Amino acid sequence: MNRPYVRPMAGWWKRDPFFMRYMARELTAFAVGAYAVILCVGVLRLAQGEAAWNGWLAALRSPLSIVLHAVLLFAMAVHAKSWFEIMPKTMPMIHVGGRRLGAQTITRAGWAATLIASLVLIALVWGWR
Amino acid sequence: MAESLKTIDVEVLRYRPEQESEPVWQRYTVPYTDDMSVLQALQQIKDDQDGSLSFRWSCRMAICGSCGMMVNGKPHLSCQTFLRDLLPGPVRIEALTHFPIERDLVVSVDGFVKKLESIQPYIIPKEPRTLAQGEYRQSPAQLEQFEQFSGCINCMLCYSACPQFGLDPSFTGPGVLALLHRYNADSRDGGQAQRMEVLGSTEGVWNCTAVGYCSEVCPKGVDPANAVNQNKVNSAKDYFLRFLSPRGSKS
Amino acid sequence: MKRSHAPIFWLLFGGGGMLAALFGTALVLVTGIVVPITGSDVLAYPRMLALAQSIVGKAFVLAVIVLFAWHAAHRILCSLHDVGIHKGLVAKLTCYGCAMAISLVAAASLWRVGF
Repeated sequence: MNRPYVRPMAGWWKRDPFFMRYMARELTAFAVGAYAVILCVGVLRLAQGEAAWNGWLAALRSPLSIVLHAVLLFAMAVHAKSWFEIMPKTMPMIHVGGRRLGAQTITRAGWAATLIASLVLIALVWGWR
Repeated sequence: MAESLKTIDVEVLRYRPEQESEPVWQRYTVPYTDDMSVLQALQQIKDDQDGSLSFRWSCRMAICGSCGMMVNGKPHLSCQTFLRDLLPGPVRIEALTHFPIERDLVVSVDGFVKKLESIQPYIIPKEPRTLAQGEYRQSPAQLEQFEQFSGCINCMLCYSACPQFGLDPSFTGPGVLALLHRYNADSRDGGQAQRMEVLGSTEGVWNCTAVGYCSEVCPKGVDPANAVNQNKVNSAKDYFLRFLSPRGSKS
Repeated sequence: MKRSHAPIFWLLFGGGGMLAALFGTALVLVTGIVVPITGSDVLAYPRMLALAQSIVGKAFVLAVIVLFAWHAAHRILCSLHDVGIHKGLVAKLTCYGCAMAISLVAAASLWRVGF
């Protein structure tokens, strides 16, 4: 008798810690999106004049905003870490000096790039005239 | 050291369509020695306890790809999974997830086989070649480009690992796309353009969200996640540059 | 076989993801935590207006907002699919529509601040 049984997919991501970590990684998109909205409101206020801009800056000083940004900061860090962990999978084989470049090396290069980019950004924010 | 008669409990998800409408768990107690694989436990059950238990196996040495199944919720080759690593038990065994169960631990593989055929899994020569031209020559570097992806034993563990395949069984999937890449990456092959249709289709690489679990569970180190995701770049190139191509492509 | 149009959205997703990975933590730290807490004047109106009026400044701010938005839209759409909500027209219009709206408001605002 042939009656194949199809098992349901509902809740699949709860079945394995690997999938839970994948979902956490994907959920960082909400933080990236939220921050895009925050910045978008910012440039809108900037275009509306000094008073509007100062209002946006004041909103960022509220405790609620600071707590929100602490959460966003954590999410951005999770995003950056997981992004560079996945990046080697998207690349073809690379050979340096006759040896194949390993995934971990590529990941660490990504994290190093983030560190450098962050330092450059911070230097520019405080130092640019 | 005193010899003791050890046993381990094994729970198997049974499904006999002629007698039940849904799978049911059945528990067995299996005599244990520390060199036993999960496959050997199943064989003991079938030989000595319950001849109705159905499961696929062949080589017992992780090369035929027949004995894939879920062991404690993760896809494994049962011949390469050892009871000593699953103590104290019980060991829960289920048919490979994301596939329809035909009977007990036997899943339907028809879809997978059709997908294998769909990607033209053979060398498509760059130009017609006569015998007088002799054999192809390949350097170790050229061999390295595809060798890893040729190690696939069609065990389908990666399909059980892939939630995108589970959500949409029309997805070509990690194993078949790794085989596709094996041919594309072979210096003897000139069939990239023909295989691009599969890569860039709605059943191709774009279903992948880089979960990466396929490469984790692969018993042969094929790294299908890499094969699929590096071809996203190739597919994107084809998508955006196709209008520049002199021969023109179907949209 | 039907050709997938995913490459368009995947490139935007990839660009936004890379930008967010490289600059996201520093940006959130500076604008959302360090400046509000220290009361520093590095984000003062004259300075920020000058930044937004410069070509380089416009490009960077626009790239961050637009690419972050499209990255988030695509990934959220994929996550909806992961939890069983089909990538139908409504889901796509909602996600990509929001990204488009954010892009348009940001572009218009950066145009309005002048040069």
